[in-house]
Amino acid sequence: MRLRCRNCGREYPLEPLYVCEFCFGPLEVEYDYDRLVREWSRREVESGPASMWRYRPLLPFTGEEPCDIGTGFTPLLRAENLGRALGLKNLYLKNDSVNPTFSFKDRVVSVAISQARLFGFEVVGCASTGNLAASVAAHAARAGMSCFVFIPVGLERGKVMNTAVYGPRLITVRGNYDDVNRLCIEIADRYRWAFLNINLRPYYAEGSKTLAFEVAEQLGWTLPQHVVVPIAGGSLLTKVDKGFRELVRLGWVEDAPYRIHGAQAEGCAPVVRAFLEGKEEVSPVRPQTIAKSLAIGNPADGYYALRVIRRTGGKGVAVTDAEIVEAIGLLARTEGIFTETAGGVTIAALRRLAGEGAIGPEEVVVALITGNGLKTLEALEGTVPESFPEIDPHLRAFRELYEAMHARAIA
Amino acid sequence: MAVKVRIPLPLRRLTGGQAEVEVEGRTVAEALQSLDRLFPGVGERVFQGDGSLRRFVNVFVNDEDIRFLQGLDTSLKEGDELSIVPAMAGGA
Repeated sequence: MRLRCRNCGREYPLEPLYVCEFCFGPLEVEYDYDRLVREWSRREVESGPASMWRYRPLLPFTGEEPCDIGTGFTPLLRAENLGRALGLKNLYLKNDSVNPTFSFKDRVVSVAISQARLFGFEVVGCASTGNLAASVAAHAARAGMSCFVFIPVGLERGKVMNTAVYGPRLITVRGNYDDVNRLCIEIADRYRWAFLNINLRPYYAEGSKTLAFEVAEQLGWTLPQHVVVPIAGGSLLTKVDKGFRELVRLGWVEDAPYRIHGAQAEGCAPVVRAFLEGKEEVSPVRPQTIAKSLAIGNPADGYYALRVIRRTGGKGVAVTDAEIVEAIGLLARTEGIFTETAGGVTIAALRRLAGEGAIGPEEVVVALITGNGLKTLEALEGTVPESFPEIDPHLRAFRELYEAMHARAIA
Repeated sequence: MAVKVRIPLPLRRLTGGQAEVEVEGRTVAEALQSLDRLFPGVGERVFQGDGSLRRFVNVFVNDEDIRFLQGLDTSLKEGDELSIVPAMAGGA
């Protein structure tokens, strides 16, 4: 394993570095694939742990025991009801809202904190829109490390409490996520702390590949024809692609074409806008959307995410806040899965893609549900009933109510 | 116009480890050019051949991304603080 600059190709040893000293390009982890082809097999994966660590040889952790709180190998559910509603016969949902801290972020954090501990760091930190915050705090608790979490003011209560409970030092910053991120980059430069999504980013980002590995394995070692991925910083989307490419490289799946579609909220759609305008560069925006977990106006991986979307023949879709809320309800009522606003963005985008005919009715589609609905209850205010009939604890009281309901239903 | 520039870790080898440097310049471009005169090599890491900023470099003036201002032409006043920040950082 080594690090290589994605932009200029310069190589670096496996150290806590994240950008190339010469061109500022991102550093990526590279593996010895020829060796993995010889020494690793699907059978070995299948008999491994029911967690993301079943794919350990393709994760950049070089120690003995990773910091694992039980992340990954989440359900891939066939969604017949939602599929019927959208005109899709082979729709699957990868439900990552059931990870230990209720979002896909546990995948990236588990890798990064494990390697950070090995590098000798004692303090971990992150800049976060909420999901990462909870995950870093939880893993730091498990690893017995000190933890500084920086979040923008005004995050949802569920995300803040779901972070505070693990006992990190939680700091709110007056500004949006992009301000928090810039501040944390500067802090990471001054203190010898492991900011997992900054100076440990090459390790962190690799964790997202396990979503792609699991999807392919759960589809019987085949690639789906479409994947719908929400875009915040854009890293997840590029790593889903890298994960599929690696499985092809190992010869574990057939090299069949797939399209990766990127979903953003209209109030923060820098990547989708560049896609629609045919531009190569992503210009930053100031976010204004209820999908706070995706509210990154200056996505670090925007440029690469855009390239993956174009290369695979995918589309960029931006949806309104109203569509997001509607999609959260639709997913809950058809499939029994309660997702946060980011999942609402994904389902709303899926709905558009199906409606426009970008996804054929027979094609195999996977939508990534990246976070849990309890994190963003605020988004649902006024859209689900909050007052209900109240009765005395007598059978008669219920019978009267039930008969009245029945009469109303008939009328 | 004297302004302060905060130097990111990947460039500190060139600045002899200095994390903050004072330079002269009426615009962001001029300030970065004077930084390159003080510490040769900074320029080629920050600028592309055509004089524009590299894709993976962001510059902030008093905590504001210059892409929301006038880019490299953003004018500076005495005491302004510039930050050179790697773009490939952060997640969510």
